[in-house]
Amino acid sequence: MTDVTVAKEDAAPVGDLVVLKDVNKHFGALHVLQDIDLTIARGEVVVVIGPSGSGKSTLCRTINRLETIDSGSITIDGKPLPDEGKELARLRADVGMVFQSFNLFAHKTILENVTLGQVKVRKADKKVAEEKARALLDRVGVGAQADKYPAQLSGGQQQRVAIARALAMEPKVMLFDEPTSALDPEMINEVLEVMQQLARDGMTMIVVTHEMGFARSAANRVVFMADGRIVEEAAPEQFFSNPRSDRAKDFLSKILHH
Amino acid sequence: MFDFLEGYDLLGAFWATVQLTVYSAIGSLIWGTLLAGMRVGPVPLMRTFGTAYVNFVRNIPLTVIILFSSLGLNQTLGVKLGGGEDFDTINFRLAVLGLIVYTSAFVCEALRSGINTVPLGQAEAARALGLNFGQVLQLIVLPQAFRAAVNPLANVLIALTKNTTVAAVIGVAEASLLMNEMIENEAQLVLIGAVFAFGFVCLTLPTGVLMGLLGKKVAVKR
Repeated sequence: MTDVTVAKEDAAPVGDLVVLKDVNKHFGALHVLQDIDLTIARGEVVVVIGPSGSGKSTLCRTINRLETIDSGSITIDGKPLPDEGKELARLRADVGMVFQSFNLFAHKTILENVTLGQVKVRKADKKVAEEKARALLDRVGVGAQADKYPAQLSGGQQQRVAIARALAMEPKVMLFDEPTSALDPEMINEVLEVMQQLARDGMTMIVVTHEMGFARSAANRVVFMADGRIVEEAAPEQFFSNPRSDRAKDFLSKILHH
Repeated sequence: MFDFLEGYDLLGAFWATVQLTVYSAIGSLIWGTLLAGMRVGPVPLMRTFGTAYVNFVRNIPLTVIILFSSLGLNQTLGVKLGGGEDFDTINFRLAVLGLIVYTSAFVCEALRSGINTVPLGQAEAARALGLNFGQVLQLIVLPQAFRAAVNPLANVLIALTKNTTVAAVIGVAEASLLMNEMIENEAQLVLIGAVFAFGFVCLTLPTGVLMGLLGKKVAVKR
C-alpha cells in the first residue's frame, strides 16, 4: 500500500495530525477493526468508503473515543488519546464530529446549539459566542433559522447546523460519520457543498460516506475498507479508475453501474 | 347537615397535608434526581448504590419507613432533626424525611424513564463537543428527561399527596388523623369519609390537570 498525498493549492502546514497504529476492536466475537494503520496529514481530506458493516463508522468513532479500542494506539496532534475525564473532554473539543442523524440538541434553539460548546467548554463570552455562531450559521446558509428549534428545520438544514456547531469549537480535524445518509436526495447537495467549501478552506477532514462524487472531487485520498480491514488506499482518480484489489473492484462495480 | 364539622380545624389539618406534600416533594425531587444521576452514571459503585437503594426502598411499605424514622431514628438513636423538645415539630420532620426516602425512589425511576426517551445521539453529540459527564447530564440529558417525565412525575406527586396520610401513624396532625378523630366522635361516618375524600380530590385533581398541561407545553419535539 502506497501513501498517496495530493498537494493542495493552498497548502496547509505539513505534519501528521491523526495517527492510528495497529488498532483492533471487537464487538463481542466480531472483529470490527483489524490492525488498522492510518495516518492523516494536516489539511488532508480522507474519504473512507466500503460496504456496510466494514467498520468504517466504528473507525471514525474511535478517533474521538466515542468507541473505545481493544489494542493499538491513536494519537492526535502528537498526543495519545486520553482514557477518560478532563483530558479526553479537552481533546474531543478539538475534534469536530458530524453524525448521520444530526443529533442537534432538541430542546435548544439553533443559535443555542452553536453557542453551547463555546460557552461551556471554551468559556467564551456569551455575546462573542453568539456573534461567531451567527457568522457560522450564515456561512452554512441557515442564518435565518437561528431562533428556531431543530425539529422545525429540514434534514439538510439540520445537518448544516450540525457542521456549524462543530466548527464553532475551531477543531483541528473534523469527523463526518455518513453525514448525508439520512437525508432526502434533494438535500444531499446542500450539505456536500458546505463540506466541499470546508475542504477547500484547508480543514483536515475524515469523511465516511457513500457519496462517490464527493470522494472524487474533494478527497486527497480514498481509504477503502472491507471486513474490518483497510484493503486499499489511493488517490481518488487512481482508486476509481484503476482499483488494485478485487474487493474494491467488486464494490465499485456494484455501486457505479446503475 | 354539615354542623358535625363545627369545632374541628378541617382547613388546618389539610394545610398540614399540603405542607407535608410540598416539603417532601421538593426533597424527593432533589434526592431522586441525584439517585437517577447515579444510576445512569459511569461510576460502578454509584450505579450499584442507586440500584440497590431504589430496589430496597420501593419494596418496603411506607408505614414501616415512617414508623422506623420515629421508633428507630428518634426514640432509639435520639435523632431530633433540630426540632428541640417539640414533639409535633420532630414528628413532622421525621415524617417528611420518611416520605422523601420513600418517594425519591419513585422520582428516580420516573426520571430514568424520562432519560430513556432521550436518544443516545444527544449525549454523544454533547460528549463530542467536549462537555464532561456532569455537563452532559445537566445541560442536555436531564432537561430533556424532565420534560418527558412530567406526566410520570405527576403520578408520583399525586401518590405522595395521598401517602402523607401515613404520617398519622406517628401522630402528625394532618388530614387523616383528624378524620380518625372525627370518626370516633361523630355519627356521620359516610359524610365524614366523603368530606375528606373531597378534600384530597381538591388537592390532587388540579395537580394532575396542571401537570398534564405543563407536560404538553414543555414537550420536546423531535
